[in-house]
Amino acid sequence: MEVIMFWILAVIIVASAIATVFSKNIIYSAFSLLFSFLGVAGIYAMLSADFLAVTQIMVYVGGILTLLLFGVMLTNRITTMSLKTDVFNFVPGLIIAAVMLASLLYVIWVTGTWAKHSPAVWDTTVESIGTLTITQYLLPFEMVAIILLVAVVGASYIARKDKQNIKS
Amino acid sequence: MHDLVLKTLGIGDLLAWLGVPDGSLVYPIVASVFPLIFLILFALLAVYAERKVSAFIQNRLGPMETGPWGLFQTVADILKLIQKEDITPTASDKILFFVAPVLVFTGTYASLAVLPWSNGFVGADLNVGIFYLLAISSLVVAGLLMAGWGSNNKWSLYGAVRSTAQIISYEIPAGLAVLTAIVTTGTLNMTGIIQQQEGLFFGYLFASPFLFVAFIIYLIASLAEVNRTPFDLPEAESELVGGYHTEYSGMKFAMFFLSEYGNMFVVSAIAVSVFLGGWLTPWGTVPSYGMGFFWILVKSLFFVFFQMWLRWTLPRFRVDQLMYLCWKVLIPIAFACLIGQAAWVVYL
Repeated sequence: MEVIMFWILAVIIVASAIATVFSKNIIYSAFSLLFSFLGVAGIYAMLSADFLAVTQIMVYVGGILTLLLFGVMLTNRITTMSLKTDVFNFVPGLIIAAVMLASLLYVIWVTGTWAKHSPAVWDTTVESIGTLTITQYLLPFEMVAIILLVAVVGASYIARKDKQNIKS
Repeated sequence: MHDLVLKTLGIGDLLAWLGVPDGSLVYPIVASVFPLIFLILFALLAVYAERKVSAFIQNRLGPMETGPWGLFQTVADILKLIQKEDITPTASDKILFFVAPVLVFTGTYASLAVLPWSNGFVGADLNVGIFYLLAISSLVVAGLLMAGWGSNNKWSLYGAVRSTAQIISYEIPAGLAVLTAIVTTGTLNMTGIIQQQEGLFFGYLFASPFLFVAFIIYLIASLAEVNRTPFDLPEAESELVGGYHTEYSGMKFAMFFLSEYGNMFVVSAIAVSVFLGGWLTPWGTVPSYGMGFFWILVKSLFFVFFQMWLRWTLPRFRVDQLMYLCWKVLIPIAFACLIGQAAWVVYL
């Protein structure tokens, strides 16, 4: 059962990721990304990371993807423009791909034994995540909050039409 | 994984009592089919109720001809919808046009998985139940955008964009209001949230002033999330014909309709579970298995009625009023409630 579910999810993730990259239509790319995100959430759920799975849906599907679609739909003449999915920047792309592959292979090599199954005990991860966030990782957590706040303020400044009228 | 799902099915008690062996495939099947049947029956009756409520509010009789008091009117409507030709506009995007209603319905149906129907009767008793409920509604948002774009119609696109802007804005006060209750419960599990409200008169409603305000905020925000009046701008007939489902007909339209009515019930059930004690009796005792189902149904259906009542008595907001209410009124109050309730929990 677990294996079947894994393969179904894996096929969904990889197929929709391929569709995202190779689609000529930007809307199709965005919507294929949706299924890729959902598949990854499914993998998280299978690994007993329930909080992470729901966060994946909340942040990526509910936030980032919606924002992406919104931007696409509100942009003028974006449909008439055909996307170029040809090969550009061949050498830099090759280098980046090679580095990514090497680092992934390195991780696979270094990790001695892989867990074959998800842990049998369905532990709740919410409490440990919450405790760690406000103890061990308090500083990074607060820093992320400040960075996000600054980003929001910056975005609303850039989006303003009457910048001259703002009194400093 | 399989075993885990089976064990989290609270419905097991009932089936074990009926003599179904442990670990049988009947468990997941019953738990997944029950919400579907419930959803269809609910939509059937809710459409009828909406017509009758609107009729009585407008001093009319409503449907009277089909069956006694027009009871079979919705059945006739469904038969009509099934027979209708399934029209796909030539200029539409065929794939997106087809997938959109499926995606919207998936979002609604998936949220029914964690609703607690009664004491020990919940499809999947997730540890992150309420968080899951808030997150899974983003599938509906994606589906609406897909429908609006796929129809290739300016009314549809406007409806979808309005709807999405509205839902993602009002998700924030709704989430903060729920968070106010979560601060008190200390758990995200739906059953746990309800059990925490044991012994309280009407659950958390009168437990603290902050929770009462949070409940009102959730109620307002949930109206916006299901696109009901006074927040029904996405399908404002006078401006947008029908909004995102303008081009849809036949069964695809029926799926939108089904999920729209399903969402009405889901947001009511969330409000009831988080703030009004769910399947607990109003005076806070633990009812029997059947009575628990009765209580959550009665409480939720009252709020479904409340939504219909508002729809036929209130006018519609303007877009700027809608955004003003969300960002400048509801969100600051919701934040104040959250902080106030946190202090209440710590110091009282």
